[in-house]
Amino acid sequence: MADVRFQHVYKRYGENAPVITDLNLEIEDHEFLVLVGPSGCGKSTALRMIAGLEDISEGELFIGERIVNDVAPKDRDIAMVFQNYALYPHMTVFDNMAFALKLRHTPAEEVGQRVERAAQMLGITPYLKRKPRELSGGQRQRVALGRALVRDPQVFLLDEPLSNLDAKLRVQTRAEISRLHQATGTTFVYVTHDQVEAMTMGDRIAVLNAGLIQQLGTPQDLYDNPSNLFVAGFIGSPSMDFFEVKLHRKGDGHAEIIIGQGDEQQRLTLTGHAADVATGQAPGAGDTSDGRPLIVGIRPEDFTLNGASGGDGQTISGVVDVVEHLGNEQLVYVRLPGAYVPEAAETKGSTARLGPSEKVSPGDRISLHVDTSRLHFFDPSTTKSLV
Amino acid sequence: MAISTTRAPSTESKTPFFGSKSRDKLIAWLWIGPAVAFVVVFLLYPVFDTLRTSFLNFDSSQFVGLDNFRHIFTDRSMLIVLRNNLLWLALGTALTVALGLLIAVLVDRVRIESFAKAAIFIPMAISFVGAGVIWKFVYDYAASGQQIGLFNAIVTRFGFAPQAWLVNGGNNIALIVVYVWMWTGFCMVILSAALKGVPTDILEAARVDGASEVAIFFRIIVPMISPTIAVVATTMIINLLKIFDVVYVMTGGNYNTNVIAVEFYNQLLNFNDNGISSALAVVLLLAIVPVMIFNIRRFRAQEATR
Repeated sequence: MADVRFQHVYKRYGENAPVITDLNLEIEDHEFLVLVGPSGCGKSTALRMIAGLEDISEGELFIGERIVNDVAPKDRDIAMVFQNYALYPHMTVFDNMAFALKLRHTPAEEVGQRVERAAQMLGITPYLKRKPRELSGGQRQRVALGRALVRDPQVFLLDEPLSNLDAKLRVQTRAEISRLHQATGTTFVYVTHDQVEAMTMGDRIAVLNAGLIQQLGTPQDLYDNPSNLFVAGFIGSPSMDFFEVKLHRKGDGHAEIIIGQGDEQQRLTLTGHAADVATGQAPGAGDTSDGRPLIVGIRPEDFTLNGASGGDGQTISGVVDVVEHLGNEQLVYVRLPGAYVPEAAETKGSTARLGPSEKVSPGDRISLHVDTSRLHFFDPSTTKSLV
Repeated sequence: MAISTTRAPSTESKTPFFGSKSRDKLIAWLWIGPAVAFVVVFLLYPVFDTLRTSFLNFDSSQFVGLDNFRHIFTDRSMLIVLRNNLLWLALGTALTVALGLLIAVLVDRVRIESFAKAAIFIPMAISFVGAGVIWKFVYDYAASGQQIGLFNAIVTRFGFAPQAWLVNGGNNIALIVVYVWMWTGFCMVILSAALKGVPTDILEAARVDGASEVAIFFRIIVPMISPTIAVVATTMIINLLKIFDVVYVMTGGNYNTNVIAVEFYNQLLNFNDNGISSALAVVLLLAIVPVMIFNIRRFRAQEATR
């Protein structure tokens, strides 16, 4: 059991721009921390630094109280689960799991017991005598987990362990890994590009992009209060919808936002916290002068279908593009004016999450009621959130 | 097939046209016939004729039973031949495979990998006879006057007496060195390809599991590429059992350096002894067959697991 600390860590390859820039991150003891981000964001590099498989160009990495920059992987007391399982193909499942213990000259009896116990936890006891090639993907993944588990390491590192499994197995194994974390109480560091995995498993999530931590927080915190456009677009599926708008301060102290231009122009009157932010009454809101351009984010579930066609300052309207029925809900892709698509967003255009019984078909012009108290505001130039 | 369907009316198409089965068989035999004929004429017939000749006397006029074989396994000079072949087999295989593997592992970690590999592989491109001539110069010994041999030049420079490398004891090893020089590159290239096939993440997993580089080599890499090591080793074994050129060119089999293939050549073409030479060929064949069988079995086993 140990905490892991990055202090001003950089990773450079040759003369190129750093892959990781000034990484400062404290992973607490017993914590399940998820590093999430798009491919190439440096999340795997960070994990491999903890494992000792990647040199640290600058800065310091602590495991517990020890600086481990120059400590060989074998002396770090960490275990790692690889994306492609990386099982030893010439060894049986038992030998795969026992390998690390045997290298440490653990007595054979204890090796047997520990492997047996780990195998039982993971339900792979019947396969102990088999070779990895005789196992299915899911079973191999369990063996890879088991191999890490028998070590009883200080830190558990997992590098996209679910990405080679089919959707159903992924959900099962996700729960299993969470259970494993609860049972062992070890520090887990988990790398994934899948924000659903990050949200469901992590105690805390660090969102990385271009070698920089964009935001560190609990899943709910990241979802409710994304600190910038990248996090807002990355966390949540379907992604948050964004609009380029202009702020308009009305004479009566109220504020509204103007979406779209010319004939397509639509207005939303702000209420609640969003109004406080937009009018500069919330702390740290920054420049909120009249006519200021902003980017507004709306979560798909903050739309509801509205029979009436606007006028109350709480609705916007558009033409339905595609409807996806999911049984318990439907995702409606709508062409709305002023829609803005940041690079990290997984869906293009605007999405509304509506109840299953709403009758909507492609081509319809619908008006959507917006919960204007739950709007998110971002500065178009810095992409940072206006708190 | 096309013939039977076009001739047979559609109502009869389900029952085979008369003779179409035997026709298929005939066509099959026509296809493989030439190959079978080649194997029979150029492989089976010579093998059986050699076997027959090995039980006959020097001009194949008289049946002598196992006398030729008895001679091979009892005559003093023949025993030296067999001993030399075993020495070649053991040292040649061990050195080429071990050095090939070692160099493959080492070049994998340097920047000039392709250059280093090419340099070590180049001797493969030289004929055995050419290599023999080159190394005759390297080992050259002049009884008097200036030493032009590379080794003796080095030895005398340091003030030691020049050596007759190809005559004195240890001359067999001097010959084996030539073979190792030629074939290490071959082993290295094949083993290097196998090494590159070992996934990096498995090596990393072993490193994280706590294995030292030496442990990774012997407990992960070697077992994982063992099929390739077996292929390379058996290729070397078969090569070495048949070793001829190096010995023939450099010593002609003199000074106790004779091997089976050279002795076979001498018995057949210099002493005109069909019986002994055939018996030597049979001994060589019997030595190689198990290695071949091992190779084929292993290959099949590997195919079966795919």
